[in-house]
Amino acid sequence: MPRNWHLSSAVGLGAVKVTRGAPIGEALAGLMLTVPAGLAYLVMLLLPTVATILLAFTDYELGLPDWNWIGLGNFTEMFEDRGFGVALRNTIIYVGFVTPISILLGLGIALLIESGIRGRATFRAIFFLPVVSLTVAMAAAWQYLLHPTIGPLNGLLRTIGVSSPPYWLSSSDWVLLSLSAIGIWENIGYNMVLFLAGLTAIPRELYHAAEVDGSKTWLDRFRLVTWPLLGPTTLFVLTITMIRSIRVFDTVAVLTQGGPNKASEVLLHTMYKEGFTFLRLGYSAAITLVFLVMVLGLVWLQTKALDKRVHYG
Amino acid sequence: MDKPRERSFLADTPRLVSLGLVGLLLLMPYIWMVSASLKPLDELFRASLSLWPERFHAVENYSRVFSQVPVLHYLWNGIVVCAGILFFQLLFAVPAGYALAKLRFPGRDIAFGLVMLGLLVPPHVPALPLYVTFSKLGLLNTYAALILPFTISVFAIFLFRQFFRALPDELIHAARLDGIGEFEIVWRIILPNSWPAATAFAIFSVVAHWNDLFWPLIVIEGQARATPALGVLYFRSDEAGDDFAALMAAAVIMTLPLVLAFLFAQRRFVEGIATTGLKG
Repeated sequence: MPRNWHLSSAVGLGAVKVTRGAPIGEALAGLMLTVPAGLAYLVMLLLPTVATILLAFTDYELGLPDWNWIGLGNFTEMFEDRGFGVALRNTIIYVGFVTPISILLGLGIALLIESGIRGRATFRAIFFLPVVSLTVAMAAAWQYLLHPTIGPLNGLLRTIGVSSPPYWLSSSDWVLLSLSAIGIWENIGYNMVLFLAGLTAIPRELYHAAEVDGSKTWLDRFRLVTWPLLGPTTLFVLTITMIRSIRVFDTVAVLTQGGPNKASEVLLHTMYKEGFTFLRLGYSAAITLVFLVMVLGLVWLQTKALDKRVHYG
Repeated sequence: MDKPRERSFLADTPRLVSLGLVGLLLLMPYIWMVSASLKPLDELFRASLSLWPERFHAVENYSRVFSQVPVLHYLWNGIVVCAGILFFQLLFAVPAGYALAKLRFPGRDIAFGLVMLGLLVPPHVPALPLYVTFSKLGLLNTYAALILPFTISVFAIFLFRQFFRALPDELIHAARLDGIGEFEIVWRIILPNSWPAATAFAIFSVVAHWNDLFWPLIVIEGQARATPALGVLYFRSDEAGDDFAALMAAAVIMTLPLVLAFLFAQRRFVEGIATTGLKG
């Protein structure tokens, strides 16, 4: 992606002469206007990020007087630690549930909304509501909904004859699934809006052309027009949904704190606990790096997939 | 141009019914949250499936929240933090976006490269060193600690640069001929012509920081500087205990402001999130 932007800027603005030939006044103004942002970037983003990377190779603990470089020590500890392994596995399972289901539902709802005119704004608002709702408060609502004894869900299950319904958030078998359901619920509206934007960008004439060419059913038109033209949107939605769900933290911190018995421990919650509860900053920084590498890996995969697409085009 | 034809109500029924059913399912947490906040506790413990309370207990539940929790104080903190963050984000990002889009200066390509690099770093990554620094400077439990890390938004710079590039150069040339300086051009010419981008970003930023739990949980302890998210968390673990009725009332109160804002400016919100969608 960065390369493409660079290319377009070179084409668009005659950027070849960026440094040479710019009037002194303009160059000075340009520098003055970027300096405040540059300083904030340096202090709040660049230096702390570099510090995190360095920290990952130390045994620094907040409050202890001295620290040492320990090379890959934190990483070997991490991969021997059963807790970290569980957190990594749980995070991947969570992403594996949330990504495909929230994308399919988001796409389905967007297609349904787009296929008619009645109630568009209302339905869009309903499905978008979770995106603008305070996550912590909604987590509390979910806690009530899924409560083993007084929760409406289990109440309903008992009424229809399930004698011992699951304990959901307090059962190690069901907790990850329950959190995934909440994650799906949070992400549907977001994905729907992105798909709606992608759908409105498809030129209507293409559907007419497809009809003229003999595609009669809705499915034909979907296969021939909608799906291929929605490709870039889908790829984009796929990447950001994965990145968003890798970051799962709020619901875990509010509802389970990783329990019961680590069954819902996830990457960022482990990082939070090690760093800000146990104050083992070196170890926590190492976990942060693993998290960062996973995010960068996803972005890299997206760029690869985009490149391929461009070549086909 | 060529809009899809309006179908008869009958032909539209399957679509409306399926959307309605899925929508209802999605609204379940809200429906039960509001319902529980109206019921007395003993009714909740009977786990009855009726949504409407037998005895109306809303006054007791909501007044319990207001008497035990500084609700307005939390909301105020949320407003201060979101406004502070947005103010600095615009203050830094708008001029930088303008310079990157319209001015030629040495190091511009490097600066833009750094912006693209910054887009790749999730906010959790710089958190540990920032926490240590803030704690050494005695800044924990302050508005500064909540606001400072987010004053720079590379995403805002990127978004504004893209938008400003599409603005006609004549606009700027005309202003320069009138003797207006570059600094004034940014705030008096560029920004007023960029409200769509600015609103989109503002909505994105406020939604993100109003809902954020990770960073406030790290730098804030106690009620004085707690944001709405922390407020619900505190109430849940300290005051409410098993009192789900009061907890649901608290959840309703804290969720309401942003949801109301959304319902009033629905189009703007959806468009805002759609245009800023590229930031996860």
